[in-house]
Amino acid sequence: MRDAFARELEALAAEDDRIVLLSGDIGNRMYDSFKGKYPDRFYNCGVAEANMTGVAAGMAMSGLRPFTYTITTFNTQRCFEQIRLDVCYHGVPVTIVGVGGGLSYASLGPTHHACEDIALLRAMPDMTVLCPADPMEVRACVRAALAHDGPVYIRLGKKGEPALHDDVPDFKIGTAIDMRAGADVCLLGVGTMLGNTLEAADILAANGITAQVYSFPSIKPLDRATLEAAFRDFPLVASIEEHSLIGGAGAAVAEWLADNGPSAGRLLRLAVPDAFIHKAGSQKYTRKALGLDPQAIAERVIAALGKSTKEKAS
Amino acid sequence: MTMAASPSSTRASDSTDLGAIARRIRGEIVSLSHKSRAPHLASSLSCVDILVAAYWGGGFNIGPANHDAPDRDRIVLSKGHAAAALYATLAERGFFERKILDEYNADGGRLAEHPGPGCVPGVEAATGSLGHGLPIGLGMALAARIQKRPTKVLVVMSDGECNEGSVWEAAMMAPAKNAGNLTAVVDFNKWQATGRSQEVMSLMPLADKFRDFGWRAEMVPGHDIAALTAAMAKGADGSGKPLALIADTVKGKGISFMEDDNNWHYRIPKEDEVAAAHRELGLI
Repeated sequence: MRDAFARELEALAAEDDRIVLLSGDIGNRMYDSFKGKYPDRFYNCGVAEANMTGVAAGMAMSGLRPFTYTITTFNTQRCFEQIRLDVCYHGVPVTIVGVGGGLSYASLGPTHHACEDIALLRAMPDMTVLCPADPMEVRACVRAALAHDGPVYIRLGKKGEPALHDDVPDFKIGTAIDMRAGADVCLLGVGTMLGNTLEAADILAANGITAQVYSFPSIKPLDRATLEAAFRDFPLVASIEEHSLIGGAGAAVAEWLADNGPSAGRLLRLAVPDAFIHKAGSQKYTRKALGLDPQAIAERVIAALGKSTKEKAS
Repeated sequence: MTMAASPSSTRASDSTDLGAIARRIRGEIVSLSHKSRAPHLASSLSCVDILVAAYWGGGFNIGPANHDAPDRDRIVLSKGHAAAALYATLAERGFFERKILDEYNADGGRLAEHPGPGCVPGVEAATGSLGHGLPIGLGMALAARIQKRPTKVLVVMSDGECNEGSVWEAAMMAPAKNAGNLTAVVDFNKWQATGRSQEVMSLMPLADKFRDFGWRAEMVPGHDIAALTAAMAKGADGSGKPLALIADTVKGKGISFMEDDNNWHYRIPKEDEVAAAHRELGLI
């Protein structure tokens, strides 16, 4: 995903001379080509995220379109107040790009686990929160961010994620992307978890359950029309994300549901529990330990379907 | 340095005199604090001469006529708690009608205790949380380079503000990127909210700190408008080095019974104190 971001931004920079890339001392080689072509529009801001965010805001106030880029935790939590005041309060078009969303950097430990970022950033007035699922969605989100005249947060995975789309999907901020039709359950795969969601849908299909699957990149604003239809047409809607249960995409959907219910369908939130992860391990291992691997997702959906079916019968 | 201002020696000879302008602004600040029950009076008084030098000294291409022009110079008040000083200065300079000052800290008014984004012409950035203005100003300075504009940027900070790490992040980045069009003025009034700034955090030697970070830096008498103007003119000298001016100021400057008395960080002046202040300033 990060390479897709670098390539897409470089391509857009050819057409839009307002684009400036600010890096927090990472992704250096990745941006060699950008730097080579646009040396005056690349700044390595060092390991100083608060300043980087303020600098980006100052640039945006002057009419530029800065993108700040560093590891998700540092680009959201370290400079939280700068995002709130310098960017959102001024309503300026800074795009904050976090690499290593969720458990992408599981092996690096909780310093690099990013499971609270969506909660923090979606609470900011005027902020748009986007979680692309694959390199093609990254490109779509970067284009959407550039076209949007306000603050945007883009949560990336890392590198090497499989392509889930053949081409750049038709995406607008505030819309879900229809991945697969189904009749028995609706799955909302959020960002980096879309791959496991699709695999879980395969397992469900093998169990005779067809799943409607949406990629759900726009956490703020939500796709209200899709949610309305999903909770009307399905007995169960499951959100699947690599973020804390508290405040993430599932929580955003739960808030929407509380404000708009009652609905025919119920919500199942599959997310990272409200706890630090103290054991070392890879992303794959950690997802499995947390019940976020495809098999566990399928089993939890089946269990919830059984429960909801039983409740309906009684 | 902590001597009370002498009313007779500072009285204006005519209304266009910069000293007279500064006194009118100080009088307005005292009135605003009283009428609107707003604190930070002493912090506002200490930076008045800095603002007068910036807005009247001729060194910065910013005024009512070009407040929206993309190539204007930018003046950012990073010590946003001194908003009353900025509002009174901008009104005096003609950025907006004086009657808008009645909206200061008033329900539904445009002028909050800390300046909001674009609340009135002349407010370049919303501030109030310390340590934000220098990074924003640096961004504006770098943007000017990218956009090939002649813009210079002046950021006015407080000494207490230099407690914030983000100030030093920006201080490290600015010389590395040759942001020579950036000037920072520290209103060095030796006090922060609850104590002597040097006792709270080891601030001194402040000019040396900036110098060691790669800035050009010097101490300036912070209530000498001519000296401030001359010092500000040394910015953007083509060296690529940003300029830090440590303005030696007195908190509460201009009102004898407020000078260097940190109670006036929060105290609101009573009616008779407003009158006494205005008498000292030669306004009544």
